[in-house]
Amino acid sequence: MNVLVCISNVPDTTSKINFKEENTSFETQGVQFIINPNDEFGLTRAVWLQQKEAAKVTVITVGDASCEPILRKCLAIGADQAVRIDLQPQDGFEVAAQLTAFCQTNAYDLIITGRESIDYNGGMVGGMLATNLNMPYLANCIQLEIEGVDLQLQREIDGGKESLQANLPIVIGAQKGLVEEKDLIIPNMRGIMQARQKSLEVIAPIETEAATTVEVFEKPPEKGPVKLVDANDIDGLIDLLEKEAKVL
Amino acid sequence: MAVVVYLESQEGQIKKAGLEVASYARAIADAQGLNVVGVGFNLENPEQLNSFGVDKLYLINTQGDQFFDITRYGESIAEIVTKENAKLCVVSSSANGRYLGPILAAKINAAYLSNVVSLPSQYEPLQVKRSCFTNKAFNITQSHKEITVLSLSSNSFGLKEKPGTTEVIEGSYSSATTSLKVTTVDKTSDKVTIADADIVVSGGRGLKGPEHWHLIEDLADVLGAATACSKPVSDMGWRPHSEHVGQTGKPVASNLYIAIGVSGAIQHLAGINSSKVKVVINSDPEAPFFKAADYGIVGDAFEVVPKLTEKLKARKV
Ligand SMILES: Cc1cc2nc3c(=O)[nH]c(=O)nc-3n(C[C@H](O)[C@H](O)[C@H](O)COP(=O)(O)OP(=O)(O)OC[C@H]3O[C@@H](n4cnc5c(N)ncnc54)[C@H](O)[C@@H]3O)c2cc1C
Repeated sequence: MNVLVCISNVPDTTSKINFKEENTSFETQGVQFIINPNDEFGLTRAVWLQQKEAAKVTVITVGDASCEPILRKCLAIGADQAVRIDLQPQDGFEVAAQLTAFCQTNAYDLIITGRESIDYNGGMVGGMLATNLNMPYLANCIQLEIEGVDLQLQREIDGGKESLQANLPIVIGAQKGLVEEKDLIIPNMRGIMQARQKSLEVIAPIETEAATTVEVFEKPPEKGPVKLVDANDIDGLIDLLEKEAKVL
Repeated sequence: MAVVVYLESQEGQIKKAGLEVASYARAIADAQGLNVVGVGFNLENPEQLNSFGVDKLYLINTQGDQFFDITRYGESIAEIVTKENAKLCVVSSSANGRYLGPILAAKINAAYLSNVVSLPSQYEPLQVKRSCFTNKAFNITQSHKEITVLSLSSNSFGLKEKPGTTEVIEGSYSSATTSLKVTTVDKTSDKVTIADADIVVSGGRGLKGPEHWHLIEDLADVLGAATACSKPVSDMGWRPHSEHVGQTGKPVASNLYIAIGVSGAIQHLAGINSSKVKVVINSDPEAPFFKAADYGIVGDAFEVVPKLTEKLKARKV
């Protein structure tokens, strides 16, 4: 079984978000990059399939050479090989187009993307990729069990969950729940050493155009100071919420 | 020409998020001299749309198919967008809306823009403001495609009534299939969900254990609010994962967000920042949440919260 995990290189969750060039691009100086957390849940699930399903796990990213450290980390976590499509993409549409072309020449049974990336929050790569490839897509996937080609799946929905069945091939959007936080694999020394020997192939992009471009970034307006209410003055708080904030 | 909107419903009733996208589409249609065309599945009260400026409704009967079938829904809506020659299609940011948006866009070769927070700032070419970096920033994005699918952040536009007449016509339910089939749906409760709620009451590790969650639930009950929690609370199994809000959990965009015993870590705040009014109750005056909140009480949740619940109860009767 061939599994492809699509990885996005995103700023660490504690990063200060700043912009440069008159607010037209993200300031990466001083920012630590990590594997997109949703993708990491997916990668862990994929690595588990190596034993049970003898799966071969490939990780892929569409990005420039600055993404290689996180691909190496994926290899240290347990992926068998890595591919980088050498293009700095403009939007998720373009990422999906690049991945589509790749998957048309390399067949995968299971393709895992993250539910969304935590930088641009597009939440679109999985759905677009699946649709382009004529495969089903399951967003917000919190369970994946495989028996031959039969799949038992769950999707988190507003206020509950949905159970589904499907066959391979499929694309899923991973998130927490697919594996638990405590299941995430922290690379050990052996993994890190092995990762150096594993293949990280750089391939040329196909010709694509983005569907959207960011014109300018804005930071949220500065917030005024908090209004503190004494712990014994609950009526005061209710009053403020009712009359000033008008939210009750 | 038309703006097409997906009118999400539950058990035949149009959800608030569905009426919000209708309101939003109406405002676009007014600015651009277009019609609003709604697509709804199994709606029981389509006449409700008269008040929200929907000109035409394709009412699709799923013939007993009671689940949200992404393939058939997506294809049915795509057919209508094409038939109506629409250049814009709007979905909500509910779980189903976000699921549908990119699939629909790929089917009709459209651009897709998620997390839209306001009306387009221009139309030719289309530019809209969106949140990004999980609400730590915004950007203005331009579409380069002839057709654009927008997913509107909940509560960013609100409900705006606009009386009119909705022509109801029968829409066809696509028979497209893939191997993916819903077998059962499990609603954790009948309570309002985080996505739909006007008010969200959220508990953190400061509540010390799951046995104290009645504090959160009682307060949520009097307010008709949804309940939420911080990440460690769901990681420890005190609460279900579906309640985890923040950068790696669910986003919250309610009118009022009340955080109790939540410290206000950057990852937590990122996810709840687009809530309009934030209230914090925390025993530590140095907790970072006080910097993000509009109103705050420095105090012990175990004392403050029951009092707040009692007072709100008394106020109701
Ligand atoms: C990659 C990554 C992603 C993350 N994503 C998220 C996310 O999506 N959502 C999220 O929430 N977190 C997330 N976190 C975790 C985040 O960094 C914090 O650890 C977490 O939000 C803290 O949860 P808490 O506020 O419940 O607990 P704590 O930080 O332990 O805070 C508990 C608070 O309760 C107060 N308190 C204690 N007793 C009382 C009392 N009796 N009355 C009133 N107040 C009291 C304390 O003063 C304290 O401020 C993420 C972390 C990482 C590294």
